[in-house]
Amino acid sequence: MTGRGADGISPADAAVAGGQVTGEVLTGDTLAGAAREAPGEHDASRADTRTKDNRAWFLVLPVVVSVAFTAVIPLMTVVNFSVQDIFSPTDRIFVGLDWFRDVARDPEVRAAFLRTLLFSAQVLLLEIPLGVALAVSMPRRGPWASAALVVVALPLLIPWNVVGTIWQIFARGDIGLGGWAVNTIPGVDFNYTLDSTDAWITVLLMDVWHWTPLVALLAYAGLRSIPDPYFQAAQIDGASGWATFRHIQLPRLRGVLTIAILLRFMDSFMIYTEPFVVTGGGPGNATSFLSILLSKIAVGQFDLGPAGAFSLLYFLIVQIVSYVFFTVLTRTGR
Amino acid sequence: MTLILDGVRVRQRGEPWLDGIDLEFPSGMTTLIGPLAAGKTTLMRVAAGLLPPTAGRVVVNGKDVTPVSVRKRSVAFVYQQFINYPSLTVYENIASPLRLARSFPKEDVDRRVREVAELMGIGDLLGRRPAELSGGQQQRTAIARALARPVDVLLLDEPLANLDYKLREQLRADLKGMFAGSPGVVLYSTADPAEALTFAAPTVVLGEGRVRHAGDAADMYDRPPTLAVAATLSDPPLNLLPGVVRDGRIECLGVSFPAPGVQGSGRRVVLGVRPHQVSIERTGPGGLEFPAEIRLAEVTGSTTFLHLLLPDRRHLVAQLPGTRLFTPGEPAVAHVDPAHVFVFDEAGGNLLATSAAEVGPHG
Repeated sequence: MTGRGADGISPADAAVAGGQVTGEVLTGDTLAGAAREAPGEHDASRADTRTKDNRAWFLVLPVVVSVAFTAVIPLMTVVNFSVQDIFSPTDRIFVGLDWFRDVARDPEVRAAFLRTLLFSAQVLLLEIPLGVALAVSMPRRGPWASAALVVVALPLLIPWNVVGTIWQIFARGDIGLGGWAVNTIPGVDFNYTLDSTDAWITVLLMDVWHWTPLVALLAYAGLRSIPDPYFQAAQIDGASGWATFRHIQLPRLRGVLTIAILLRFMDSFMIYTEPFVVTGGGPGNATSFLSILLSKIAVGQFDLGPAGAFSLLYFLIVQIVSYVFFTVLTRTGR
Repeated sequence: MTLILDGVRVRQRGEPWLDGIDLEFPSGMTTLIGPLAAGKTTLMRVAAGLLPPTAGRVVVNGKDVTPVSVRKRSVAFVYQQFINYPSLTVYENIASPLRLARSFPKEDVDRRVREVAELMGIGDLLGRRPAELSGGQQQRTAIARALARPVDVLLLDEPLANLDYKLREQLRADLKGMFAGSPGVVLYSTADPAEALTFAAPTVVLGEGRVRHAGDAADMYDRPPTLAVAATLSDPPLNLLPGVVRDGRIECLGVSFPAPGVQGSGRRVVLGVRPHQVSIERTGPGGLEFPAEIRLAEVTGSTTFLHLLLPDRRHLVAQLPGTRLFTPGEPAVAHVDPAHVFVFDEAGGNLLATSAAEVGPHG
């Protein structure tokens, strides 16, 4: 890869480029929302006789300015990087879509993409049912309801890198309780620093431990909103626990589960800190997800052109998959 | 088929929700009427088996079912909210209690579902989901669900309360007669006197967790045994005026009228007058006249509610036929025929007399 223009561009800029994906998903949604509302406004203004006062724009201005500085301008910087080969601040060549072509054809990127996709799929398959099961089995009221809430919410309060550190130690075979227990009790040889399957399982379990509570809390809020008479009616019918869940609780969870699936997909697809702390992407490339590869290219190798193209493709994939999820989830069963 | 509540008490968080209920319900329909927090819903939940009573027994057909789980009882319940399975079609909603009842023959399910749906007037909506129905249709589905399976005890807890009044009147008319020949016990609770009077079924008046009175709704309306019963069965609310007994007459706000049956000189009484018995024209000889000031006139179309302020700052509402226009602040005279005044004992709330014919010598 070419394009090493270290002088003049601070690492902070590159970090912004790498962290761009998170901020941009939200902005994209906001813009889409604004676009959807636009036709309605247009209709209303057709026979509009109200007095107009455009000073209201000043109320929007702070948001416009802050979004511009935190999202639009950094994004455009990334776009700028992605179409140029930068040797130095004064010596740059426009290369068109070459970087995009390179990145899309790179076998390492493709492998990381499939790996990340598999990870997200496993995260969703584990966390959504587990979270719902947890929410269903939590007490609906009484002192135990609050106690259960606090306990369940606990992992959510721990910072990402601390979670990574906790699991890095917990899963170690020599001094970690979890790793030692697996090595000793069933007698399985478990070592996440050497075995790629073990590393994968460790990262996956860590994510399940960290984020299932989020799904559980969302689902719990959804379940709490179901009036008691629904459960009484099911009791009177003599419906089984499963039928009650299937026909009363699950339909009422549609909305919150849509949100939970979207959040967990986006977040797990962009996972960075925890595997970086625990495995650093290894052993080999076993846990080298898209974000880890991206930061290696952007910060480690300082290939700003490919990194910019990579960021934009990454961002696009998250957007498209989220959109597909959202559309499918909101349309089924209507 | 009978349902007996024997000394049923329910205490929740130290509050008596039901305070010693002894009632026997025969086959067919019984109406429960009472104001908010009277214990109607609690009584129904106890009767269904959803809430175990703190004390007392629930007996169905001579068998004590108090400890029997609601799943094993033969009951159906219709709620004030429209409770249906959101993910199932109307057809499946009505069929679900039939499918879950082991005793119901499988081959009859389809016939029964269509029969009940036809009865409730939702025969053409069987393929829809509850969210695609109007409130009235949702409640019809819920009632059909309850009617589908033959049960010992059918409970309807203010089923029409959440509907707007046109749907309410229509559904009330449909329900009347539907339960008359029912082999099971049907309990229908309501806070609306019009429903109790329309159904003309045996009626139990509840208040503060106790049975106020039981009997025929129209009888209780005509001769309310207590002030609480009169208030519960009066819509619009009863006008209450203070009175004192003196030498066989009752004095009230400067006027008096004969009440031969009422004894005890100096005794304080409460006079109850229904708004439609208050007029602003002279009613006839011997009519009571109360000078007042007009505060507000509410015109609803067929009637006008005239709010009057009496000299002692008390409010009196007159329900006048037709659309009438009044100017607030102007004086008016409220006329009341003493034949339509209920006299209640202030201490106990018992009816002492309607002044045309005394109730009895007691008190």
